Amino acid sequence: MIRHATIERNSILLLVLILIVVAIGGIVQIAPLFYLESTIEKVQGMRPYTPLELAGRNIYVREGCYNCHSQMIRSLRDEVERYGPYSLAAESMYDHPFQWGSKRTGPDLARVGGRYSDEWHVEHLNAPRALVPESVMPGYPFLARTPLKTARIADDLRANRAVGVPYTDEMIETAVMDVRAQADPDADGAEDLRARYPKSQVRDFDRNPAMVSELDALIAYLQMLGTLVDFDVYKPEENLR
Amino acid sequence: MAREREIDQPTGTETTGHEWDGIKELNTPLPRWWLWTWYATIVWAVGYWVLMPAWPLVNSYTTGLLGHSQRAAVAESIAQARQAQSGYVQRIQAASLADIEGDSTLLEFALAGGRSAFAVNCSQCHGLGAAGSLGYPNLNDDDWLWGGTLDGIDQTIRFGIRSSHDDARVGDMPAFLRDEILDRAQIEDVAAYVLSLSETVEDTEAVARGAAIFAEQCVACHQDGGTGSPELGAPNLADGIWLYGGDRANVIQTIASGRAGVMPAWVDRLDAATIKQLAIYVHTLGGGE
Amino acid sequence: MTMSNNHGETTAASYAVGLALALGALLGLFLTARAVEPVMVWHGILFLVFCAGGIFLLIRWHTAGPSALDTGLVYNDAVTRAGVVVSMFWGVVGFLAGLAIALQLAFPVLNFDLPWTNFGRLRPLHTSAVIFAFGGNVLIATSFHVVQRTCRARLAGEIAPWFVLWGYNLFIVIAATGYLFGVTQSREYAEPEWYADLWLTLVWVVYLLVFLGTLWRRREPHIYVANWFYLAFIVTIAMLHIINNLAVPVSWTGTKSYSLFSGVQDALTQWWYGHNAVGFFLTAGFLGIMYYFVPKQAQRPVYSYRLSIIHFWSLIFLYIWAGPHHLHYTALPQWAQTLGMTFSIMLWMPSWGGMINGLMTLSGAWDKLRTDPVLRMLVVSVAFYGMSTFEGPVMSIRAVNSLSHYTDWTIGHVHSGALGWVAFVSFGALYALTPILWRRQRLYSLQLVSAHFWIASIGIVLYITAMWVSGILQGLMWRAYDNLGFLEYSFVETVAAMHPFYVIRAIGGALFVIGALIMAYNLWRTVRGDLRVEVLPVPRPGPAMAPAE
Repeated sequence: MIRHATIERNSILLLVLILIVVAIGGIVQIAPLFYLESTIEKVQGMRPYTPLELAGRNIYVREGCYNCHSQMIRSLRDEVERYGPYSLAAESMYDHPFQWGSKRTGPDLARVGGRYSDEWHVEHLNAPRALVPESVMPGYPFLARTPLKTARIADDLRANRAVGVPYTDEMIETAVMDVRAQADPDADGAEDLRARYPKSQVRDFDRNPAMVSELDALIAYLQMLGTLVDFDVYKPEENLR
Repeated sequence: MAREREIDQPTGTETTGHEWDGIKELNTPLPRWWLWTWYATIVWAVGYWVLMPAWPLVNSYTTGLLGHSQRAAVAESIAQARQAQSGYVQRIQAASLADIEGDSTLLEFALAGGRSAFAVNCSQCHGLGAAGSLGYPNLNDDDWLWGGTLDGIDQTIRFGIRSSHDDARVGDMPAFLRDEILDRAQIEDVAAYVLSLSETVEDTEAVARGAAIFAEQCVACHQDGGTGSPELGAPNLADGIWLYGGDRANVIQTIASGRAGVMPAWVDRLDAATIKQLAIYVHTLGGGE
Repeated sequence: MTMSNNHGETTAASYAVGLALALGALLGLFLTARAVEPVMVWHGILFLVFCAGGIFLLIRWHTAGPSALDTGLVYNDAVTRAGVVVSMFWGVVGFLAGLAIALQLAFPVLNFDLPWTNFGRLRPLHTSAVIFAFGGNVLIATSFHVVQRTCRARLAGEIAPWFVLWGYNLFIVIAATGYLFGVTQSREYAEPEWYADLWLTLVWVVYLLVFLGTLWRRREPHIYVANWFYLAFIVTIAMLHIINNLAVPVSWTGTKSYSLFSGVQDALTQWWYGHNAVGFFLTAGFLGIMYYFVPKQAQRPVYSYRLSIIHFWSLIFLYIWAGPHHLHYTALPQWAQTLGMTFSIMLWMPSWGGMINGLMTLSGAWDKLRTDPVLRMLVVSVAFYGMSTFEGPVMSIRAVNSLSHYTDWTIGHVHSGALGWVAFVSFGALYALTPILWRRQRLYSLQLVSAHFWIASIGIVLYITAMWVSGILQGLMWRAYDNLGFLEYSFVETVAAMHPFYVIRAIGGALFVIGALIMAYNLWRTVRGDLRVEVLPVPRPGPAMAPAE
């Protein structure tokens, strides 16, 4: 048995032992999540974000929405009854990074898609207390005024593909066009967009036909949250874990 | 630098004989209570691993003797809650509104369920007290865009208004200016007429001109005298209740640009019993028909 | 023995550093010129200025003689002095940012509805400013001081320690300014984007080398326990930082990146990091501070060497497993949640080993608490450490966590650790260090230390009790059912119920800020060499006090 005095006299030994001791926990806990098939449920309906949704998600990240809103309905009765079916691992499989959050100063948003009208989001993001007087949420009036930067959106898709999101060459090529097709009612390509991204919602989300704004992107993202997985064919009893 | 071990005076404990910048160390044994508490936590942890899902393996993980699953547990607890309510729910589903309103326990249950579902799902737009706000109808009054019967309310909740659902209620208030149906002056005249239905408007000539245009353009939906048609979602314009504001500028804006408020469909989100309870709750708020 | 500041000796190294800085300046210029977005332009300029400033300092260092304070000294105290100053500065900034966002939650109009003043962008600014800017600089400064004193050796390298300190602070400035412009990875406590992360990795490797190099120079046969903790902190943070920040940048001249992992794997990696940022940054590192400054200030031997060994190894082994308790009842597989909870429970006693060693070191010297407010601060910090390391395992229990998670209870727990433990032990260390580093007889005013102690303590109590009540209240309201089995409250009713507690919390935070301002004033006067005339409490005579037990 090694005497502790030996370790105390040898900084490299101390260093190596520390590294070994602190590496074990992470390896045992994290590595299996990549190889155990039970980690991610078998579901139907998951697809990569449309370019507009991805841009909206980046705004969600940029404004730090995750600081107050979770996107993770826990498997507890009150959460399921308040927010809808508990979140599945599969539902965030294309989320780089995940947005589960850790604090609910505001409500969970995992299934906020379709819960409110676009108009509600427009007004609420502009001035939350105009609609919900008790709210403590900041207003984001600048989103409606800011045109969405789309010139480099294909690079974002490419980076996502590099980390494993199945964007096709076609999706990357048409990314800029797809942004317009989804948010601009006068643009063409809505059918092609829907073919590439099933269940994608096409409309002028911010109700301002003059431009595709950051608000368009954010609302497009919010309106699709939790809407992809087809729960009619999902079998919860086969995915207990 | 190893030094002589010495006995520390106040505690009577031996030091280790080392010193760093004047700091020495005592060699006090581990406190027993500390050690035993630690062992107890370890024993508890091992016991927990035996009973519950715990350790990852190569192809699976240890599921534990209890076979517990948080997902099964929540399904079970929700099923139990539904089971406890099932007596009421079945009767509510089968009963007519009149029957429910005549049965105080049934009504109490339906209102409790409706109140809860309203607070959780509807208050964000219609307000906690259901008084609405600009663009979101007040549900306490007896003015109904799409009809205030129980079935009417039920249908509205179920499929929404201009929602993405195929059975959504759809009505179309044209944008008379933007779509170049009327010009600015004509719209101002129509606004004068519309306002005159519920208040005194001084410019009687404008009212008269507006009445003529209204008869041509608006009565198909809003009816003679502006009393509205619930089946089309065309509001009553004569009752002084305004969803989008009743001052002249707002009315002109409404005629010029149209209005198309959206209410989501709840049929895929809430079960039929909850929707019926909601409908009953909303129906009783103010002036259900 | 003396070690002169013979600048000639390091000339070759200086040329190498100068060259590296010049290349760095070019890189900054390149980033500025080719940036695909305004923030990168600004950060390129910042990097350029940093490197140019480094070259300037290098030249001045070679041309100017050593400062009067350092003449003929063994130890490199200059870098520690700078560390103390920036620590105090960032402390005040971080606490003020915290107060600002606390007020925003109580009075949302204070968000001003502007991009760079909304809560979502300022909250990471607060957390990073207090954890990494304040806490990190305290750790760097104290570790440099402690490792020199307990090894009886001058800090390894002459330029390297300065590079660590200023390089680390450049990281802080890049991170903080980035947040204001919305540059974030949205990983809690790991928000800085890929390029800031790369820079920090470089700085951190040099930090490790400086620390190890100093250990190699030691003239004591044994490595003191404080240094075990510092070493574990440095090494583990390196591991956590690198793995949690693996990402693919969208462009080499843009700020945005996408994390390598997604969804559930990403979540556990993040909380493996997040919890161990607490475990190794805010616990192991600060235990290093405690193990030096408590026995030093109390002038008593450390309570138990055996306990140090057992609790050191068990603490660092067990802590790493605790991350999944942040993800109870989520889509993380339950087996992982079980491991997170059980290891958190097993971690309780190893954490308390540190508390016992800290508190019991005062055996035979409890009387000094009456006369020495700095020691009082240190001891109360250890008590808070004990409290929050008990609360933590309790909150890791699934049933408790189902209530506490997502609520302010977590915020209260974090702050009992952050304000009570981390900040108080830091304050104690900075109070103890300042007179030593600037060669002053004593602090400017012990009464002001005492005032700081009491004001800040009241602030902490207000803060954490308000958050306990609001957290538990909100958790209970979310799950409240009426007698027919229907949810009782809408979400926004639970938000409205939080308002009074948010106001109380902000008052507590304001008191804490006031305390820190008093401290900054006190340290500044001490550095100036002022002594406030005040009646100091007289220690009881006689070296051998009655044993505590």
